[in-house]
Amino acid sequence: MPRPVAVVAFAQTEHSGEDRGMAEIEILAPVITEIKERTGQKQFGFTCSGSCDYLAGAPFAFVSALDAIGAWPPISESHVEMDAAWALYEAWVKLQHGDIDTALVYGFGKSSQGNLRAVLTQQLDPYHLAPLGIDAVSLAALQARAYMERSGAKEDDLRAVAARSREAGHGNPFALHLPAPEGDDYDVAPLRPYDVAPVTDGAAAIVLAAGDRARELCERPAWITGIDHRTEPHAPGVRDLSRSDSARVAGEKAGATGIEVAELHAQYTHEELILREALGLGEDTVVNPSGGPLSANPMMAAGLIRIGEAAARVHDGSASRVLGHASSGPCLQQNLVCVLSGENHG
Amino acid sequence: MPSDTAPVENAPGDTGPPEPNHVLEFPGGYTRSVGPVIGRFFSELRDGRLVGVRTADGRVLVPPSEYDPQTGEDVTDEFVEVGPVGTVTTWSWVAHPAKEHPLDRPFAWALIRPDGADTALLHALDLGIFEEGAKPPKFLRTGMRVRPRWRAERTGGIGDIECFQPEVTMINAPTRLEYRLKGGQALRRFLEGMSEGRILGHRCPVCESVIVPMKGLCPRDGVPTTEEVELPDTGTVTTFAVNNIPDPRAPEVPFVSAYVLLDGAGLTMLTLVAGIPADQVRMGMRVKAAWRPREEWERTMGNIKWFEPIDEPDVPFEEIKDFM
Repeated sequence: MPRPVAVVAFAQTEHSGEDRGMAEIEILAPVITEIKERTGQKQFGFTCSGSCDYLAGAPFAFVSALDAIGAWPPISESHVEMDAAWALYEAWVKLQHGDIDTALVYGFGKSSQGNLRAVLTQQLDPYHLAPLGIDAVSLAALQARAYMERSGAKEDDLRAVAARSREAGHGNPFALHLPAPEGDDYDVAPLRPYDVAPVTDGAAAIVLAAGDRARELCERPAWITGIDHRTEPHAPGVRDLSRSDSARVAGEKAGATGIEVAELHAQYTHEELILREALGLGEDTVVNPSGGPLSANPMMAAGLIRIGEAAARVHDGSASRVLGHASSGPCLQQNLVCVLSGENHG
Repeated sequence: MPSDTAPVENAPGDTGPPEPNHVLEFPGGYTRSVGPVIGRFFSELRDGRLVGVRTADGRVLVPPSEYDPQTGEDVTDEFVEVGPVGTVTTWSWVAHPAKEHPLDRPFAWALIRPDGADTALLHALDLGIFEEGAKPPKFLRTGMRVRPRWRAERTGGIGDIECFQPEVTMINAPTRLEYRLKGGQALRRFLEGMSEGRILGHRCPVCESVIVPMKGLCPRDGVPTTEEVELPDTGTVTTFAVNNIPDPRAPEVPFVSAYVLLDGAGLTMLTLVAGIPADQVRMGMRVKAAWRPREEWERTMGNIKWFEPIDEPDVPFEEIKDFM
């Protein structure tokens, strides 16, 4: 039996679709301050962050972010060059060791200061893909067509996802408030501009706590009952792009059944449809009530935010069994599923 | 990862100090070892061949990888020439190419499974010349057959294939033949009239209608005709078409080609109608020939540039209905 660990606090920035003139650390620091105040914690047993140096264009950019958390006296710290949802996974593993009771997880990204599509090309295989200059949206569009041709879904079905996400985003004070989808021009066909998550700057933080410590810090802790992540081959040409086997397996391993609310890290409309199918989410599951990444997609924080938004439904008592999902890599290559429950664990 | 800064011009109207343009670049690029599998793939590409590698269970991976993505097992040492023709398994259409993209005009990205391979290769697909922002062409489909366009100068890399192109399924076959025509006796006589500014016809001895231009026989009665009749150069539009495709014989686009029933004729002639906006030409409209200047006359129908409207009441439909 894993040690019971819960999300006990979640904070995020009011995300921005444009450069507001703040450095990464200035975007991040208020979130760290807020989550320390909310939990009354100044120190944590472990700190782990997710970010990407290529977003800032500077090596070891994440190191300077440590100034925001106060690394003196010396702290136990780690970093993943990925979405902070994977930093949360590392923190969860660390908590399983039993020698600490709390962990701070944060992620941040300022994608507005570069060409995000070109930046993401750098994550591709340097032999066969990156030299072609293929960008993230073009890759996603290949998957969108593969999915539509296999499933029979139409471009209007994608548009409906965008419309619902943007509508929901208007109820989320932290999201960008985007207009209803309109226009027939393609970005990269078959994707239209509204099918693609907006470039977003922002940050988020989560505090995890184990056992009784969680109950001290939070009235209704969101217990992690299952967490798993899976990856698929790097080369898109060896995968069935119309499906997400890694999401399916991660969902099965995490025990993703009976989900009331799912927050999916779908950065393109068709990804939501692929993920719903892979995770077996039916009509009775509310998907992305926050508006999801299509309403705000701060790179390296958006996956962590999915877990935070899902946990928030447990914290406020509006749901008791929820799911947070994060993805990474081209065409949903890697998927992390975190199932959270309000039931009393431990 | 060295970086560099260079000032850039501000946007018009921005009077502040120039924003630094932060550039992240490793001069000359990273040096990467490719190993024996990818190295073989690139070496074969440089020689203009596409190869895959066989897995232990017999599948062929393209591009080759050192391990079987399904099992993680090492692949075999067997390299297999594949394609180069392949099948598109999925595609996306870039209407606005970015500067990082391999083509500067709209193109497709495609996953392409080369014949003989079990996996697909990602590459750009050039479908011809399209204007920026163009919609994907209808013929671009999953299942399309494509083959690589090789660069003349190859260095051993994925870019040795400049892009893929559709297989040839159609060609354009221009034809040009030249003839020396003799139009026959009746036409010779008609053109002789034209060279004198006269429009000649033949009257049919049976039905008495006038055939112009004459053919030496009556198409209705099938009898020879010889009686010449000179007709005036005025007539009535019986029917017409507005043409929007340019034609070297017409003054401009749109132009109107019309059947005109010359006064006194029993057949209509196909001519141009001009001197009036195309959308105002109508059935029953009265027209008159516009002749070229006399000094330009030759033995040709072209002596009449076109027919132009004249200020006369339209002819009722009843009177021309038999000449449509």
